[in-house]
Amino acid sequence: MTATDQTATKQTATEQTTTEQTAAAAYKWVGTRPVRPDGVDKVTGKAQFGADRVLPGMLEGVVARSPHAHARIVSIDTTAAAAMPGVHAVITGADFPDLSDSGASADDVSRSRNVMARDKVLYVGHVVAAVAAQTRRQARAAADAIVVEYDVLDHVLTLDQATADGAPLLHPEMVARGIDPEDARPNTASRVAHERGDLDVGFANADVIIERSFTTQAVHQGYIEPHAAVADVTRDGRAELWCSSQGHFAIRSMSTTVLGWELSDVKVTPAEIGGGFGGKTTIYLEPLSLLLSQRSGRPVRMVMDRNEVFTASGPTSGSNIRVKLGATAAGALTAADIMLEYEAGAFPGSPVGAAAMTAIACYDVPNFSVVGFDVVLNRPKTAAYRAPGAPAAAFAVESVLDEVARELSIDPIDLRLMNAAVEGTQASYGPTFPRIGFVETLEAIRHCDHYQSPLGPNQGRGIGCGFWFNVGGNSTATVNVHEDGRLTVMTGSPDIGGSRSSMALFAAEELGIDVNTIQSIIGDTDTIGFADVTGGSRVTLSTGAAVIEACREMREDLCRRAALMWDVDRDLVEWVDGRAQHVDRTETPLSLADVAAKAGRTGGPISVTAAMNMRGAGAGFSTQVVDVEIDPETGQTSVVRFTTAQDAGTAIHPSYVEGQMQGGVVQGIGWALNETYTYREDGSLDNDSFLDYRVPVASDLPMIDTIIVEVPNPAHPYGVRGVGEVGIVPTMGAVANAIHDAIGHRLCDLPMSPMRILDAINQGNG
Amino acid sequence: MTRTHVQCNVNGDEVDFLTDPAESLLNALRDQLGLLGVKEGCGTGDCGACSIMLDDAVTCACLVFAAEAERSTIVTIEGLADADKLHPLQQCFLEGAALQCGVCTPGFLIAAKALLDRNPDPTETEVRYALAGNLCRCTGYDKIIRSVLAAAEEMRNDHGVSL
Amino acid sequence: MRYSAPTTVDEALATLTAEPNARVFAGATDLIPQLRSGRPEPALIVDLKRIDRLRGVTLTDATWTIGAATPTSHLTRNAGFAADFPGLTEAAGLIGSDQIQNRSSLGGNLCNASPAADSVPALIANDARVVVASASGERVVRVDGITIGPGATSLAPGEFIIEFQLDRPAASTSDAYLRMIPRTEMDIAVVGAAARITTDGGLCTGATIVLGAVAPIATRVNDAETALVGSTFTDDALAAVAAAASAACDPIDDKRGTIAYRRQVAGVLARRAVALARMRSTASSNESSQT
Ligand SMILES: Cc1cc2nc3c(=O)[nH]c(=O)nc-3n(C[C@H](O)[C@H](O)[C@H](O)COP(=O)(O)OP(=O)(O)OC[C@H]3O[C@@H](n4cnc5c(N)ncnc54)[C@H](O)[C@@H]3O)c2cc1C
Ligand code: FES
Ligand code: FES
Repeated sequence: MTATDQTATKQTATEQTTTEQTAAAAYKWVGTRPVRPDGVDKVTGKAQFGADRVLPGMLEGVVARSPHAHARIVSIDTTAAAAMPGVHAVITGADFPDLSDSGASADDVSRSRNVMARDKVLYVGHVVAAVAAQTRRQARAAADAIVVEYDVLDHVLTLDQATADGAPLLHPEMVARGIDPEDARPNTASRVAHERGDLDVGFANADVIIERSFTTQAVHQGYIEPHAAVADVTRDGRAELWCSSQGHFAIRSMSTTVLGWELSDVKVTPAEIGGGFGGKTTIYLEPLSLLLSQRSGRPVRMVMDRNEVFTASGPTSGSNIRVKLGATAAGALTAADIMLEYEAGAFPGSPVGAAAMTAIACYDVPNFSVVGFDVVLNRPKTAAYRAPGAPAAAFAVESVLDEVARELSIDPIDLRLMNAAVEGTQASYGPTFPRIGFVETLEAIRHCDHYQSPLGPNQGRGIGCGFWFNVGGNSTATVNVHEDGRLTVMTGSPDIGGSRSSMALFAAEELGIDVNTIQSIIGDTDTIGFADVTGGSRVTLSTGAAVIEACREMREDLCRRAALMWDVDRDLVEWVDGRAQHVDRTETPLSLADVAAKAGRTGGPISVTAAMNMRGAGAGFSTQVVDVEIDPETGQTSVVRFTTAQDAGTAIHPSYVEGQMQGGVVQGIGWALNETYTYREDGSLDNDSFLDYRVPVASDLPMIDTIIVEVPNPAHPYGVRGVGEVGIVPTMGAVANAIHDAIGHRLCDLPMSPMRILDAINQGNG
Repeated sequence: MTRTHVQCNVNGDEVDFLTDPAESLLNALRDQLGLLGVKEGCGTGDCGACSIMLDDAVTCACLVFAAEAERSTIVTIEGLADADKLHPLQQCFLEGAALQCGVCTPGFLIAAKALLDRNPDPTETEVRYALAGNLCRCTGYDKIIRSVLAAAEEMRNDHGVSL
Repeated sequence: MRYSAPTTVDEALATLTAEPNARVFAGATDLIPQLRSGRPEPALIVDLKRIDRLRGVTLTDATWTIGAATPTSHLTRNAGFAADFPGLTEAAGLIGSDQIQNRSSLGGNLCNASPAADSVPALIANDARVVVASASGERVVRVDGITIGPGATSLAPGEFIIEFQLDRPAASTSDAYLRMIPRTEMDIAVVGAAARITTDGGLCTGATIVLGAVAPIATRVNDAETALVGSTFTDDALAAVAAAASAACDPIDDKRGTIAYRRQVAGVLARRAVALARMRSTASSNESSQT
């Protein structure tokens, strides 16, 4: 399909889905596809990512890591390392404050112990010390010379090992939340539950009941840019930190908390971020580089090697999931009983809560129970990954739904339509849905050419659906008009997928000016007001709302100034097509440049800041169809065709909406087919490189066709919902269903590797 | 530590630097010559972010010892555009939204240039295989592939190649 | 660590004699990742790429000579070579990405001695020989005499490979190499299978079948060859090939594949490689009968 076809698809989908969608057509700039403001720097190699900051006199820092999965640290001797050539500073856990009695939150205490181990190491790769030296080679040699004496303990690497009776405990002092003491299980940090109706009644009303157990494995976000930080602490105690993260304000507060420093003493400048997907919402190297810089009196740069990224930065959880669904012969779901057990890694805090909230959020089920457990084990602490928690749960639920559809001989889309959540449905996690676009995504797929097309030999087709809340949150935007009348829009939200463009598009739309004349930038923590992390698909929604708000105030200010210049009443001025105009057309309209030129006489510089905490995020839904072809003799899967439909609310920059949808799908394909963490028995990671951690490569894939559905979010001025995350949620279920369709066997364990598929085929053959 | 003296041509300039022989060409380009557009994603040849043209052949700079660059000719992402005009691949990447975070982009552009130098009219499958050594985790490759095909077409038209 | 780039075979040999703790390299696509993963650094690395004799793909009389340090992309882009050895060309072309191909060499692929090296089964199937440089003079060794175990070769310290030699295939003879990887590119073979087949009409008159990644070194499957020669590629004969290939495996369970999977798929790929080589051999006999 060509790019033009793709646009056509978008229009087709728009036509299919109600009149609300003509709203986008009413915009002049929103919905267009300008070149992004940071684009030229990124295609010419000028853009500075985390590791690209170079300061005079800069040292290189490296980390010494635990070779053991679980051990007590008896002693650490850094004398030899500190005396080695080029070494300027060595730090260990003894150099960090103990937060446990400081009133800090449990998460802060965990984070502090994750960035630098204290009395115990909890996974292979856990940091035990860090060194700054003139060169990386010198620093590495010194780190290798640090002598750590360990008292090695038994470790647990899987959910089953961790929760078995008598399992070694990672945190003997841990008090489980939500679990009665008599039900306590080893290494279980908490239990969450969402319940409604009566399961017994629900299953009694069912004509068909299907129950399956699933496992999924830890997978990594796989951003191409490794974690990096450059710190420069001056002798007056002020510090600067450059790093690539999804939120420099969060990095500042987490780093200073861990170090026990004053928050506002540190200025964090966001570098360009080379992918995050949730994994760059927390700290690893940042506090280490700050402390090394303070100790050495020199700037310090730290960059992870790829194997460190895999061994020690957050993957997402592996899980054990059990799903039991009941439905009437006509296809109405009557009951859902779901158990989710998620790996948290070495410290509590898996996304099992979100998994439990989202597991059946697509559907209106009268009786359900969703129970989730958060389990610690001797693996790196998990971090957020695109719709954290939701994809694994959806994989299980969508797989069982497929079985129900087969059992009842109902088309899988019809079954989902019969049970789909719509406006007014009480969501499984509590609130009542306002206008949502789930049904529209199902209809879009049902009517697309792909769903209607015939399949070839050894091919199978699968459907999957997914839900994600999307979040709002805090954002600040400043809009400045320069003396020449051009505009700079500044926010505090790192741009990880083209959001600078969306901010510029909002400003262009609100002020009626050419988007290509607008600068769209991201300020550091000293320059712009606070913003929450770029995550939860919130930037276009919330930071966008702040930009819109600032532009609306500015429009008002510009009208006021024009009135002053004309010496007329404010009410006689309106802002039309980028110019101030007298309602009676009696004055020559004033452009932004005209108003800017006289700014000194009408109240001084033209600058507006808006800061807000946006509520009203719009729920996102996605429906996907995939065709796979299986080699029945090797179990090799090829994805031959893929179409994804997603409700974007309003697509501000359609190219980047499509990009988010396609990126999410391909990550989901990797998760479904090949990606997994493989541990050796000693707890070390066996596949800590991109050669063996198999993310999809270009030749593995077809084009990913996109259908943008636009059911505007009623709570946002432009109807935005947030598009970054939900696209990954349906994919593994869709692929599993397609594989089932192709080979006639259900795979319940991820990844669905050639080996697993061939096993299933062999078993079926007798 | 004995350091080796290396002389080579980078992006049209004769340059020289001293290097520890164990150092990679990637580190030399970044740290000694300041060519920070060449990215490290893995350091082991698996991601292609460090792709450069080394004597007209696309290569992972992380898999070359800096000392090997003696008397070689190197083109990095910094040398792709003319002074006043982007390379058609760069222009098509921008217009086709072929980058999200952009960290893989320098490597993709160099690898795509190597492909089009050799094969000005590749099929989609040929583009996919030629770029299989470059990982992108953001885009799902779709828009990258389309942009390379678009650039190829533009370059063929510019060179007056009739098909 | 020091670096040296000799320009003649003799200079290289002298350098290696002077520094016993030395490592030769060509593309460094195995060497650098190994050093990066913490293997001890040698005192000296010797770059073989500046020696003319180690670079180039040439045909003299009926023998192809490939410099041991020649980038595999030079091999795969040589149309004449690809026509004679389509399977070996495919095998060499499977090594890594285009970026890797512009560096990786047959010498490195062989001497790195990975059980999964893609070119090695196809080299063995085609009776390839290597010329070994040694302080005591050059000698010619069959490729299957080089690898003796994972990471181990029969070369003595200070020796290296100068070039590979392959005789042009006889009439109605062709080869094929297939491998199984979970992705389509950028993976190490879970199973590899090479076959060289000679046909006379519908009859199989010669067969060499070699498996990779299923045993400590590339494994020739004599039973499969016996089953095939004299047959007309019947389903039974092909089933016997598959069974013999599976039986010849001595694989390990590792992160890349299980024993059972490797066994089963080795049979499948051996059978498919035979079928493909057979098809090519018939095509090549059609061509020669036309000319
Ligand atoms: C991303 C990536 C993907 C890869 N994919 C594959 C793949 O699909 N299939 C595959 O088979 N391999 C693969 N490899 C491994 C590697 O590229 C190949 O083995 C390659 O052929 C090695 O050649 P080289 O010239 O780079 O070897 P080098 O690294 O230069 O040398 C490898 C070893 O051989 C020795 N050596 C080299 N030349 C000689 C010589 N002339 N005489 C004696 N000893 C010598 C060296 O001392 C060293 O021990 C991959 C590697 C990478 C990084
Ligand atoms: S950094 Fe060189 S290939 Fe990844
Ligand atoms: S755009 Fe982010 S990795 Fe390619």
